[in-house]
Amino acid sequence: MSVVPDTTTKITFTDNNTKFNTAGVQFIINPYDELSLTKALEITEKAGGSVTVATVGLAEADAVIRKALAIGANDAIRINANPSDGQFVAEQLAAIAQQGGYDMVLTGRESIDYNGGQVCGLLGALLNWPSVNVCTKMDVIDGKAHFERDIDGGRETIEAVLPVVASAQKDLCEPRIPNMKGIMAARTKPLTVVEPIAVDGFGQYNGFENPIAKQAVKLFDAQNAAQLIDALKNEAKII
Amino acid sequence: MTGIYAENSEGIFKKSVLEAASYASQISTDGVTAICIGSPNDGEADKLAKYGITKLIIVEGLTAFDAQNYGKAIAASLTGIKTLIMANTYEGKALAPRIAVLMNASLATNVVALPDTSNGFVVKRGVFSGKGFAHVQLSRDNKIVAITPNSIELKENQVSIAVEKATVSEAGNLTKITASNKAAGKIPLTEAEIVVSAGRGMKGPENWGMVEELASLLGAATACSKPVSDMEWRPHSEHVGQTGITIKPNLYIAIGISGAIQHLAGVSSSKVIVVINKDPEAPFFKAADYGIVGDAFEVLPQLIAAAKAAQN
Repeated sequence: MSVVPDTTTKITFTDNNTKFNTAGVQFIINPYDELSLTKALEITEKAGGSVTVATVGLAEADAVIRKALAIGANDAIRINANPSDGQFVAEQLAAIAQQGGYDMVLTGRESIDYNGGQVCGLLGALLNWPSVNVCTKMDVIDGKAHFERDIDGGRETIEAVLPVVASAQKDLCEPRIPNMKGIMAARTKPLTVVEPIAVDGFGQYNGFENPIAKQAVKLFDAQNAAQLIDALKNEAKII
Repeated sequence: MTGIYAENSEGIFKKSVLEAASYASQISTDGVTAICIGSPNDGEADKLAKYGITKLIIVEGLTAFDAQNYGKAIAASLTGIKTLIMANTYEGKALAPRIAVLMNASLATNVVALPDTSNGFVVKRGVFSGKGFAHVQLSRDNKIVAITPNSIELKENQVSIAVEKATVSEAGNLTKITASNKAAGKIPLTEAEIVVSAGRGMKGPENWGMVEELASLLGAATACSKPVSDMEWRPHSEHVGQTGITIKPNLYIAIGISGAIQHLAGVSSSKVIVVINKDPEAPFFKAADYGIVGDAFEVLPQLIAAAKAAQN
Protein backbone atom coordinates (compact mmCIF):
# COMPACT_ATOMS: atom_id res chain seq x y z
CA MET A 1 0.00 0.00 0.00
CA SER A 2 1.30 3.43 -0.94
CA VAL A 3 0.67 6.61 0.99
CA VAL A 4 0.06 9.45 -1.47
CA PRO A 5 -1.04 13.11 -1.53
CA ASP A 6 -4.81 13.62 -1.59
CA THR A 7 -6.20 13.86 -5.14
CA THR A 8 -7.05 17.57 -4.75
CA THR A 9 -3.44 18.51 -3.88
CA LYS A 10 -1.88 21.34 -5.83
CA ILE A 11 1.49 19.92 -6.85
CA THR A 12 4.48 22.21 -6.20
CA PHE A 13 8.17 21.58 -5.65
CA THR A 14 10.77 23.01 -3.26
CA ASP A 15 14.56 23.07 -2.80
CA ASN A 16 15.23 24.35 -6.31
CA ASN A 17 12.64 21.92 -7.75
CA THR A 18 14.33 18.84 -6.35
CA LYS A 19 11.66 17.87 -3.82
CA PHE A 20 7.88 17.56 -3.74
CA ASN A 21 6.48 20.25 -1.46
CA THR A 22 4.59 18.41 1.30
CA ALA A 23 3.65 21.59 3.22
CA GLY A 24 -0.07 21.49 4.00
CA VAL A 25 -0.57 18.28 2.02
CA GLN A 26 -3.07 15.73 3.29
CA PHE A 27 -1.90 12.13 2.77
CA ILE A 28 -4.24 9.27 1.95
CA ILE A 29 -4.22 5.58 1.02
CA ASN A 30 -3.42 5.40 -2.70
CA PRO A 31 -6.94 5.09 -4.23
CA TYR A 32 -6.05 1.97 -6.25
CA ASP A 33 -4.55 0.35 -3.14
CA GLU A 34 -7.78 1.13 -1.29
CA LEU A 35 -9.55 -0.97 -3.93
CA SER A 36 -7.08 -3.84 -3.59
CA LEU A 37 -7.47 -3.73 0.21
CA THR A 38 -11.27 -3.84 -0.04
CA LYS A 39 -11.09 -6.70 -2.55
CA ALA A 40 -8.67 -8.62 -0.32
CA LEU A 41 -11.21 -8.30 2.53
CA GLU A 42 -14.04 -9.49 0.28
CA ILE A 43 -12.01 -12.50 -0.85
CA THR A 44 -10.94 -13.54 2.66
CA GLU A 45 -14.46 -13.07 4.04
CA LYS A 46 -15.61 -15.64 1.48
CA ALA A 47 -12.64 -17.98 1.14
CA GLY A 48 -11.12 -17.58 4.61
CA GLY A 49 -7.71 -16.26 5.57
CA SER A 50 -6.45 -12.93 6.75
CA VAL A 51 -5.23 -9.68 5.20
CA THR A 52 -1.86 -8.08 5.93
CA VAL A 53 -1.11 -4.54 4.74
CA ALA A 54 2.51 -3.84 3.86
CA THR A 55 3.81 -0.32 3.27
CA VAL A 56 7.27 1.02 2.59
CA GLY A 57 7.41 4.33 4.43
CA LEU A 58 8.71 6.34 7.35
CA ALA A 59 6.88 6.85 10.65
CA GLU A 60 4.54 9.51 9.23
CA ALA A 61 2.87 6.74 7.19
CA ASP A 62 1.53 5.12 10.39
CA ALA A 63 -1.62 7.27 10.56
CA VAL A 64 -2.60 6.19 7.05
CA ILE A 65 -1.72 2.54 7.81
CA ARG A 66 -4.04 2.73 10.85
CA LYS A 67 -6.80 3.76 8.46
CA ALA A 68 -6.19 0.58 6.45
CA LEU A 69 -6.45 -1.41 9.68
CA ALA A 70 -9.68 0.45 10.46
CA ILE A 71 -11.06 -0.53 7.07
CA GLY A 72 -10.49 -4.14 8.09
CA ALA A 73 -6.94 -5.44 7.51
CA ASN A 74 -5.87 -7.86 10.25
CA ASP A 75 -2.35 -6.59 10.70
CA ALA A 76 0.22 -4.33 9.08
CA ILE A 77 3.93 -4.29 8.36
CA ARG A 78 5.80 -1.05 7.73
CA ILE A 79 9.20 -1.31 6.13
CA ASN A 80 10.99 1.63 7.67
CA ALA A 81 12.41 3.36 4.58
CA ASN A 82 11.70 6.20 2.22
CA PRO A 83 9.84 4.68 -0.78
CA SER A 84 12.37 6.15 -3.23
CA ASP A 85 11.18 4.36 -6.36
CA GLY A 86 8.97 1.49 -7.46
CA GLN A 87 11.84 -0.93 -7.87
CA PHE A 88 13.13 -0.31 -4.34
CA VAL A 89 9.61 -0.72 -2.96
CA ALA A 90 9.07 -3.97 -4.86
CA GLU A 91 12.34 -5.45 -3.55
CA GLN A 92 11.26 -4.67 0.02
CA LEU A 93 7.76 -6.08 -0.47
CA ALA A 94 9.15 -9.22 -2.13
CA ALA A 95 11.30 -9.85 0.94
CA ILE A 96 8.17 -9.62 3.12
CA ALA A 97 6.10 -11.80 0.79
CA GLN A 98 8.77 -14.51 0.77
CA GLN A 99 8.61 -14.79 4.54
CA GLY A 100 4.85 -14.75 4.90
CA GLY A 101 3.39 -17.71 3.02
CA TYR A 102 0.85 -15.49 1.26
CA ASP A 103 -1.51 -16.84 -1.42
CA MET A 104 -2.12 -13.50 -3.10
CA VAL A 105 -0.39 -10.16 -3.15
CA LEU A 106 -2.65 -7.35 -4.37
CA THR A 107 -1.38 -3.93 -5.39
CA GLY A 108 -2.91 -0.89 -7.04
CA ARG A 109 -2.59 -0.35 -10.78
CA GLU A 110 -0.19 2.47 -9.94
CA SER A 111 0.33 5.06 -7.25
CA ILE A 112 -1.22 8.41 -8.09
CA ASP A 113 1.97 10.27 -7.17
CA TYR A 114 4.79 8.58 -9.09
CA ASN A 115 2.53 6.68 -11.53
CA GLY A 116 5.10 3.94 -12.11
CA GLY A 117 2.67 1.03 -12.37
CA GLN A 118 5.64 -1.25 -11.79
CA VAL A 119 5.17 -2.99 -8.46
CA CYS A 120 2.74 -5.74 -9.54
CA GLY A 121 4.96 -7.02 -12.37
CA LEU A 122 8.17 -6.53 -10.40
CA LEU A 123 6.81 -8.57 -7.49
CA GLY A 124 5.67 -11.31 -9.88
CA ALA A 125 9.14 -11.55 -11.37
CA LEU A 126 10.99 -11.29 -8.03
CA LEU A 127 8.81 -14.02 -6.49
CA ASN A 128 8.56 -15.99 -9.75
CA TRP A 129 4.78 -15.91 -9.47
CA PRO A 130 2.31 -15.09 -12.26
CA SER A 131 1.21 -11.44 -12.36
CA VAL A 132 -2.03 -10.04 -13.72
CA ASN A 133 -2.33 -6.26 -13.92
CA VAL A 134 -5.19 -3.72 -14.19
CA CYS A 135 -7.88 -6.08 -12.89
CA THR A 136 -11.51 -5.02 -12.86
CA LYS A 137 -12.65 -8.28 -11.21
CA MET A 138 -10.89 -10.66 -8.82
CA ASP A 139 -12.14 -13.79 -7.15
CA VAL A 140 -10.80 -17.01 -5.67
CA ILE A 141 -12.85 -20.15 -6.33
CA ASP A 142 -11.70 -23.65 -5.36
CA GLY A 143 -8.14 -22.51 -4.82
CA LYS A 144 -7.82 -20.78 -8.18
CA ALA A 145 -7.76 -17.07 -8.86
CA HIS A 146 -10.08 -15.58 -11.47
CA PHE A 147 -9.59 -12.13 -12.93
CA GLU A 148 -11.02 -9.78 -15.48
CA ARG A 149 -8.53 -7.23 -16.68
CA ASP A 150 -8.18 -4.31 -19.07
CA ILE A 151 -6.18 -4.96 -22.21
CA ASP A 152 -5.37 -2.51 -24.99
CA GLY A 153 -8.74 -1.92 -26.65
CA GLY A 154 -10.80 -4.33 -24.55
CA ARG A 155 -11.02 -6.73 -21.62
CA GLU A 156 -10.19 -10.35 -20.98
CA THR A 157 -10.81 -12.92 -18.29
CA ILE A 158 -7.91 -14.90 -16.90
CA GLU A 159 -7.53 -17.68 -14.38
CA ALA A 160 -4.31 -18.22 -12.48
CA VAL A 161 -2.91 -20.69 -10.01
CA LEU A 162 -1.99 -19.42 -6.54
CA PRO A 163 0.15 -17.78 -5.40
CA VAL A 164 -0.38 -14.81 -7.69
CA VAL A 165 0.21 -11.06 -7.78
CA ALA A 166 -2.52 -8.83 -9.19
CA SER A 167 -3.15 -5.10 -9.45
CA ALA A 168 -6.41 -3.22 -8.99
CA GLN A 169 -8.00 -1.06 -11.66
CA LYS A 170 -10.90 1.32 -11.06
CA ASP A 171 -14.23 -0.53 -11.10
CA LEU A 172 -12.81 -3.47 -9.12
CA CYS A 173 -15.11 -2.68 -6.17
CA GLU A 174 -16.45 0.16 -4.06
CA PRO A 175 -13.80 1.15 -1.50
CA ARG A 176 -14.88 0.55 2.11
CA ILE A 177 -15.09 3.41 4.54
CA PRO A 178 -13.95 2.70 8.12
CA ASN A 179 -16.71 2.65 10.73
CA MET A 180 -16.36 3.55 14.43
CA LYS A 181 -15.93 -0.08 15.47
CA GLY A 182 -13.16 -0.51 12.90
CA ILE A 183 -11.43 2.68 14.01
CA MET A 184 -11.48 1.52 17.64
CA ALA A 185 -10.22 -1.96 16.71
CA ALA A 186 -7.43 -0.52 14.55
CA ARG A 187 -5.78 1.05 17.61
CA THR A 188 -4.82 -2.34 18.99
CA LYS A 189 -4.14 -4.28 15.79
CA PRO A 190 -0.49 -5.19 15.28
CA LEU A 191 1.61 -2.79 13.21
CA THR A 192 5.08 -4.26 12.96
CA VAL A 193 7.98 -2.06 11.87
CA VAL A 194 10.87 -3.81 10.12
CA GLU A 195 14.09 -2.43 8.72
CA PRO A 196 14.63 -2.52 4.93
CA ILE A 197 16.85 -5.05 3.18
CA ALA A 198 19.90 -3.66 1.36
CA VAL A 199 19.26 -3.04 -2.34
CA ASP A 200 21.63 -1.65 -4.97
CA GLY A 201 20.25 1.63 -6.34
CA PHE A 202 18.22 1.75 -9.52
CA GLY A 203 18.29 5.48 -10.06
CA GLN A 204 17.46 8.80 -8.54
CA TYR A 205 15.10 11.72 -9.01
CA ASN A 206 17.23 14.69 -10.05
CA GLY A 207 14.47 17.26 -10.30
CA PHE A 208 10.87 18.09 -11.02
CA GLU A 209 8.89 20.57 -13.05
CA ASN A 210 5.26 21.56 -13.44
CA PRO A 211 3.59 21.47 -16.85
CA ILE A 212 4.00 24.69 -18.82
CA ALA A 213 1.09 27.05 -18.20
CA LYS A 214 -1.22 27.54 -21.14
CA GLN A 215 -1.73 30.86 -22.91
CA ALA A 216 -5.15 32.46 -22.54
CA VAL A 217 -7.97 30.55 -24.17
CA LYS A 218 -9.19 31.72 -27.57
CA LEU A 219 -12.98 31.87 -27.47
CA PHE A 220 -15.47 31.51 -30.29
CA ASP A 221 -19.09 32.57 -30.33
CA ALA A 222 -21.63 29.82 -29.62
CA GLN A 223 -23.71 31.02 -32.57
CA ASN A 224 -20.76 30.52 -34.87
CA ALA A 225 -19.23 27.29 -33.61
CA ALA A 226 -18.07 26.30 -37.09
CA GLN A 227 -15.19 28.78 -36.65
CA LEU A 228 -13.73 26.36 -34.11
CA ILE A 229 -13.45 23.59 -36.69
CA ASP A 230 -11.84 26.09 -39.06
CA ALA A 231 -9.28 27.10 -36.40
CA LEU A 232 -8.45 23.48 -35.59
CA LYS A 233 -7.96 22.73 -39.25
CA ASN A 234 -6.19 25.84 -40.50
CA GLU A 235 -4.59 27.45 -37.42
CA ALA A 236 -3.71 24.55 -35.10
CA LYS A 237 -3.50 22.22 -38.13
CA ILE A 238 -4.58 19.36 -35.99
CA ILE A 239 -7.59 17.87 -37.80
CA MET B 1 23.19 -2.15 -28.28
CA THR B 2 19.60 -0.92 -28.15
CA GLY B 3 16.42 -2.93 -28.54
CA ILE B 4 12.70 -2.43 -28.63
CA TYR B 5 9.85 -4.69 -27.69
CA ALA B 6 7.54 -4.58 -30.69
CA GLU B 7 4.07 -5.37 -29.38
CA ASN B 8 2.32 -7.56 -31.93
CA SER B 9 -1.32 -6.45 -32.13
CA GLU B 10 -2.92 -9.22 -34.20
CA GLY B 11 -0.08 -9.12 -36.71
CA ILE B 12 0.26 -5.35 -36.77
CA PHE B 13 2.86 -3.00 -35.30
CA LYS B 14 0.88 -0.02 -34.11
CA LYS B 15 2.02 3.58 -33.93
CA SER B 16 3.23 3.12 -30.35
CA VAL B 17 5.73 0.52 -31.62
CA LEU B 18 6.96 2.91 -34.32
CA GLU B 19 7.39 5.57 -31.62
CA ALA B 20 9.55 3.13 -29.64
CA ALA B 21 11.54 2.46 -32.83
CA SER B 22 12.00 6.20 -33.46
CA TYR B 23 13.16 6.67 -29.86
CA ALA B 24 15.60 3.76 -29.98
CA SER B 25 17.11 4.65 -33.33
CA GLN B 26 17.78 8.21 -32.13
CA ILE B 27 19.79 7.01 -29.13
CA SER B 28 21.58 4.08 -30.75
CA THR B 29 24.82 4.23 -32.66
CA ASP B 30 24.94 0.58 -33.68
CA GLY B 31 21.50 -0.38 -34.93
CA VAL B 32 18.32 -1.41 -33.15
CA THR B 33 16.95 -4.91 -32.63
CA ALA B 34 13.21 -5.39 -32.31
CA ILE B 35 11.73 -8.39 -30.54
CA CYS B 36 8.18 -9.46 -31.21
CA ILE B 37 6.19 -12.48 -30.16
CA GLY B 38 4.38 -14.33 -32.91
CA SER B 39 4.72 -13.64 -36.63
CA PRO B 40 3.65 -10.22 -37.83
CA ASN B 41 1.75 -9.74 -41.10
CA ASP B 42 3.58 -9.36 -44.40
CA GLY B 43 5.07 -5.91 -44.79
CA GLU B 44 5.13 -5.13 -41.08
CA ALA B 45 8.90 -5.74 -40.80
CA ASP B 46 9.39 -3.12 -43.54
CA LYS B 47 7.45 -0.64 -41.41
CA LEU B 48 10.03 -1.13 -38.65
CA ALA B 49 12.91 -0.72 -41.13
CA LYS B 50 11.52 2.68 -42.04
CA TYR B 51 12.05 3.80 -38.44
CA GLY B 52 15.57 2.48 -38.00
CA ILE B 53 15.13 -1.14 -36.91
CA THR B 54 18.02 -3.20 -38.30
CA LYS B 55 17.02 -6.59 -36.96
CA LEU B 56 13.72 -8.23 -36.05
CA ILE B 57 13.65 -11.31 -33.85
CA ILE B 58 10.35 -13.15 -34.09
CA VAL B 59 9.81 -15.39 -31.08
CA GLU B 60 7.54 -18.32 -31.79
CA GLY B 61 5.96 -20.94 -29.58
CA LEU B 62 3.76 -18.82 -27.30
CA THR B 63 0.07 -19.05 -28.13
CA ALA B 64 -1.48 -16.81 -25.47
CA PHE B 65 -0.39 -13.77 -23.50
CA ASP B 66 1.07 -14.57 -20.11
CA ALA B 67 3.19 -11.86 -18.51
CA GLN B 68 5.56 -14.35 -16.92
CA ASN B 69 6.23 -16.38 -20.08
CA TYR B 70 6.34 -13.37 -22.37
CA GLY B 71 8.75 -11.62 -20.02
CA LYS B 72 11.04 -14.65 -19.95
CA ALA B 73 10.91 -15.06 -23.73
CA ILE B 74 11.78 -11.41 -24.33
CA ALA B 75 14.55 -11.39 -21.73
CA ALA B 76 16.04 -14.51 -23.32
CA SER B 77 16.23 -12.73 -26.70
CA LEU B 78 18.06 -9.69 -25.36
CA THR B 79 21.60 -10.90 -25.99
CA GLY B 80 23.85 -7.85 -26.12
CA ILE B 81 20.98 -5.41 -25.61
CA LYS B 82 21.56 -3.04 -22.71
CA THR B 83 18.78 -0.55 -23.32
CA LEU B 84 15.26 -1.70 -24.14
CA ILE B 85 12.58 0.73 -25.31
CA MET B 86 8.93 -0.20 -25.24
CA ALA B 87 5.48 1.38 -25.28
CA ASN B 88 3.76 2.04 -21.96
CA THR B 89 0.54 0.34 -23.07
CA TYR B 90 -1.32 -2.15 -20.84
CA GLU B 91 0.78 -4.91 -22.38
CA GLY B 92 3.96 -2.89 -21.93
CA LYS B 93 3.07 -2.16 -18.31
CA ALA B 94 2.55 -5.87 -17.67
CA LEU B 95 5.87 -6.83 -19.25
CA ALA B 96 8.37 -4.03 -18.55
CA PRO B 97 8.71 -4.78 -14.81
CA ARG B 98 9.06 -8.51 -15.40
CA ILE B 99 11.80 -7.97 -17.98
CA ALA B 100 13.50 -5.40 -15.70
CA VAL B 101 13.98 -8.00 -12.97
CA LEU B 102 15.29 -10.60 -15.41
CA MET B 103 17.80 -8.20 -17.01
CA ASN B 104 18.69 -6.53 -13.71
CA ALA B 105 17.80 -3.16 -15.20
CA SER B 106 16.73 0.28 -14.04
CA LEU B 107 13.16 0.80 -15.18
CA ALA B 108 11.46 4.07 -16.09
CA THR B 109 7.81 4.07 -17.14
CA ASN B 110 5.64 6.97 -18.37
CA VAL B 111 8.60 8.50 -20.21
CA VAL B 112 7.70 11.45 -22.43
CA ALA B 113 10.97 12.63 -24.01
CA LEU B 114 14.28 11.45 -25.41
CA PRO B 115 16.92 10.95 -22.70
CA ASP B 116 19.51 13.52 -21.70
CA THR B 117 22.78 11.61 -21.99
CA SER B 118 25.11 14.56 -21.33
CA ASN B 119 25.74 13.24 -17.81
CA GLY B 120 24.56 9.66 -17.44
CA PHE B 121 21.12 8.70 -18.72
CA VAL B 122 18.32 10.98 -17.52
CA VAL B 123 14.73 10.55 -18.66
CA LYS B 124 11.75 12.84 -18.25
CA ARG B 125 8.66 11.06 -17.00
CA GLY B 126 5.15 12.10 -16.09
CA VAL B 127 4.38 12.08 -12.34
CA PHE B 128 1.58 13.24 -10.04
CA SER B 129 -1.00 12.08 -12.57
CA GLY B 130 -0.26 14.74 -15.15
CA LYS B 131 0.45 17.52 -12.63
CA GLY B 132 4.22 17.29 -12.93
CA PHE B 133 7.28 15.84 -14.60
CA ALA B 134 10.36 14.30 -13.04
CA HIS B 135 13.90 13.95 -14.36
CA VAL B 136 15.17 10.55 -13.34
CA GLN B 137 18.71 9.30 -13.58
CA LEU B 138 18.81 5.59 -14.46
CA SER B 139 21.94 4.25 -12.84
CA ARG B 140 22.15 0.56 -13.79
CA ASP B 141 24.05 -0.60 -16.87
CA ASN B 142 20.88 -2.14 -18.26
CA LYS B 143 17.88 0.10 -18.74
CA ILE B 144 14.25 -0.20 -19.75
CA VAL B 145 12.41 2.90 -20.92
CA ALA B 146 8.65 2.59 -21.38
CA ILE B 147 7.33 5.58 -23.32
CA THR B 148 3.87 7.08 -23.06
CA PRO B 149 2.05 6.60 -26.37
CA ASN B 150 1.84 9.78 -28.46
CA SER B 151 4.70 11.57 -26.68
CA ILE B 152 7.55 10.80 -29.06
CA GLU B 153 7.44 12.08 -32.61
CA LEU B 154 7.88 9.52 -35.35
CA LYS B 155 11.22 9.96 -37.08
CA GLU B 156 11.94 8.15 -40.30
CA ASN B 157 15.34 6.54 -40.65
CA GLN B 158 15.18 4.01 -43.47
CA VAL B 159 17.54 1.07 -43.00
CA SER B 160 17.54 -2.53 -44.16
CA ILE B 161 16.22 -5.12 -41.76
CA ALA B 162 17.30 -8.71 -41.10
CA VAL B 163 14.65 -11.08 -39.78
CA GLU B 164 15.48 -13.98 -37.45
CA LYS B 165 13.29 -16.51 -35.73
CA ALA B 166 13.60 -18.02 -32.28
CA THR B 167 11.42 -20.63 -30.62
CA VAL B 168 10.55 -20.93 -26.95
CA SER B 169 8.47 -23.41 -25.01
CA GLU B 170 5.14 -22.47 -23.47
CA ALA B 171 5.49 -25.05 -20.69
CA GLY B 172 4.84 -23.83 -17.18
CA ASN B 173 2.19 -21.32 -18.11
CA LEU B 174 0.47 -20.45 -14.83
CA THR B 175 -2.32 -18.33 -16.23
CA LYS B 176 -4.98 -19.09 -18.79
CA ILE B 177 -7.02 -16.57 -20.77
CA THR B 178 -10.60 -17.80 -20.72
CA ALA B 179 -12.26 -15.03 -22.73
CA SER B 180 -11.21 -11.93 -24.61
CA ASN B 181 -13.39 -9.08 -25.71
CA LYS B 182 -11.93 -6.36 -27.90
CA ALA B 183 -14.07 -3.56 -29.22
CA ALA B 184 -13.63 -4.07 -32.94
CA GLY B 185 -12.80 -1.03 -35.01
CA LYS B 186 -12.66 1.33 -32.04
CA ILE B 187 -9.55 3.38 -31.43
CA PRO B 188 -8.02 2.58 -28.00
CA LEU B 189 -8.21 5.74 -25.92
CA THR B 190 -4.55 5.78 -24.94
CA GLU B 191 -3.44 5.62 -28.57
CA ALA B 192 -5.94 8.06 -30.01
CA GLU B 193 -4.55 11.26 -31.50
CA ILE B 194 -7.90 12.99 -31.11
CA VAL B 195 -10.27 12.43 -28.20
CA VAL B 196 -13.80 13.77 -27.89
CA SER B 197 -14.89 13.66 -24.28
CA ALA B 198 -18.12 14.62 -22.59
CA GLY B 199 -19.43 15.11 -19.08
CA ARG B 200 -22.60 15.68 -17.09
CA GLY B 201 -23.47 18.59 -19.38
CA MET B 202 -24.79 15.98 -21.84
CA LYS B 203 -27.66 15.36 -19.36
CA GLY B 204 -28.00 11.63 -20.07
CA PRO B 205 -26.54 8.63 -21.90
CA GLU B 206 -29.21 8.91 -24.60
CA ASN B 207 -27.53 12.11 -25.85
CA TRP B 208 -24.14 10.55 -26.62
CA GLY B 209 -25.04 10.03 -30.28
CA MET B 210 -23.81 13.55 -31.08
CA VAL B 211 -20.56 12.99 -29.20
CA GLU B 212 -19.95 9.77 -31.08
CA GLU B 213 -20.82 11.33 -34.40
CA LEU B 214 -18.35 14.18 -33.92
CA ALA B 215 -15.71 11.68 -32.77
CA SER B 216 -16.29 9.50 -35.79
CA LEU B 217 -16.01 12.47 -38.18
CA LEU B 218 -12.71 13.52 -36.60
CA GLY B 219 -11.33 9.97 -36.40
CA ALA B 220 -11.34 10.34 -32.63
CA ALA B 221 -11.85 8.07 -29.64
CA THR B 222 -14.57 8.92 -27.13
CA ALA B 223 -13.97 9.54 -23.44
CA CYS B 224 -15.93 10.79 -20.45
CA SER B 225 -15.58 12.39 -17.02
CA LYS B 226 -15.69 10.52 -13.70
CA PRO B 227 -19.30 11.39 -12.76
CA VAL B 228 -20.47 10.08 -16.13
CA SER B 229 -18.68 6.79 -15.63
CA ASP B 230 -19.82 6.61 -11.97
CA MET B 231 -23.45 7.03 -13.06
CA GLU B 232 -22.81 4.33 -15.67
CA TRP B 233 -23.84 6.54 -18.56
CA ARG B 234 -20.58 5.37 -20.18
CA PRO B 235 -18.23 2.43 -19.49
CA HIS B 236 -15.44 3.06 -16.99
CA SER B 237 -12.90 2.27 -19.72
CA GLU B 238 -13.76 5.73 -21.13
CA HIS B 239 -13.12 7.56 -17.87
CA VAL B 240 -10.16 9.90 -18.16
CA GLY B 241 -8.76 11.68 -15.12
CA GLN B 242 -6.66 11.12 -12.05
CA THR B 243 -8.30 7.81 -11.12
CA GLY B 244 -9.14 6.88 -14.70
CA ILE B 245 -6.93 6.81 -17.74
CA THR B 246 -4.26 9.42 -18.35
CA ILE B 247 -4.16 10.41 -22.00
CA LYS B 248 -2.00 12.58 -24.16
CA PRO B 249 -3.70 13.11 -27.49
CA ASN B 250 -2.87 15.86 -29.96
CA LEU B 251 -6.37 17.22 -29.55
CA TYR B 252 -8.74 16.85 -26.58
CA ILE B 253 -12.26 18.20 -26.95
CA ALA B 254 -14.16 18.44 -23.65
CA ILE B 255 -17.90 18.96 -23.86
CA GLY B 256 -19.91 19.77 -20.75
CA ILE B 257 -17.02 19.01 -18.39
CA SER B 258 -16.24 21.66 -15.79
CA GLY B 259 -12.58 20.69 -15.41
CA ALA B 260 -12.07 19.61 -11.80
CA ILE B 261 -8.40 19.26 -10.83
CA GLN B 262 -8.75 15.44 -10.87
CA HIS B 263 -10.04 15.53 -14.44
CA LEU B 264 -7.33 17.92 -15.59
CA ALA B 265 -4.72 15.58 -14.13
CA GLY B 266 -5.63 12.98 -16.72
CA VAL B 267 -5.75 15.22 -19.78
CA SER B 268 -3.58 18.28 -19.19
CA SER B 269 -0.71 16.88 -21.27
CA SER B 270 -2.89 16.98 -24.38
CA LYS B 271 -1.27 19.19 -27.01
CA VAL B 272 -4.40 21.21 -27.82
CA ILE B 273 -7.42 21.40 -25.52
CA VAL B 274 -10.85 22.60 -26.63
CA VAL B 275 -13.51 23.28 -24.00
CA ILE B 276 -17.22 23.67 -24.69
CA ASN B 277 -19.17 24.62 -21.60
CA LYS B 278 -22.14 26.87 -20.92
CA ASP B 279 -20.59 28.13 -17.69
CA PRO B 280 -18.03 30.85 -18.51
CA GLU B 281 -16.55 30.34 -15.02
CA ALA B 282 -15.81 26.64 -15.63
CA PRO B 283 -12.20 26.10 -14.46
CA PHE B 284 -11.47 24.08 -17.60
CA PHE B 285 -11.31 27.28 -19.69
CA LYS B 286 -8.08 28.19 -17.84
CA ALA B 287 -6.46 25.03 -19.21
CA ALA B 288 -7.90 25.36 -22.70
CA ASP B 289 -6.41 26.58 -25.97
CA TYR B 290 -9.77 27.10 -27.65
CA GLY B 291 -13.19 27.41 -26.13
CA ILE B 292 -16.84 28.06 -26.74
CA VAL B 293 -19.09 29.33 -23.97
CA GLY B 294 -22.35 27.73 -24.97
CA ASP B 295 -24.79 24.90 -24.59
CA ALA B 296 -23.58 21.55 -25.91
CA PHE B 297 -26.93 20.91 -27.54
CA GLU B 298 -26.58 24.10 -29.53
CA VAL B 299 -22.86 23.87 -30.31
CA LEU B 300 -22.44 20.19 -31.16
CA PRO B 301 -24.76 20.12 -34.20
CA GLN B 302 -22.83 23.07 -35.65
CA LEU B 303 -19.50 21.33 -35.07
CA ILE B 304 -20.79 18.14 -36.68
CA ALA B 305 -21.99 20.06 -39.73
CA ALA B 306 -18.68 21.95 -39.98
CA ALA B 307 -16.63 18.76 -39.57
CA LYS B 308 -18.67 17.14 -42.36
CA ALA B 309 -18.12 20.16 -44.59
CA ALA B 310 -14.39 20.15 -43.80
CA GLN B 311 -14.13 16.55 -44.95
CA ASN B 312 -15.55 17.31 -48.37
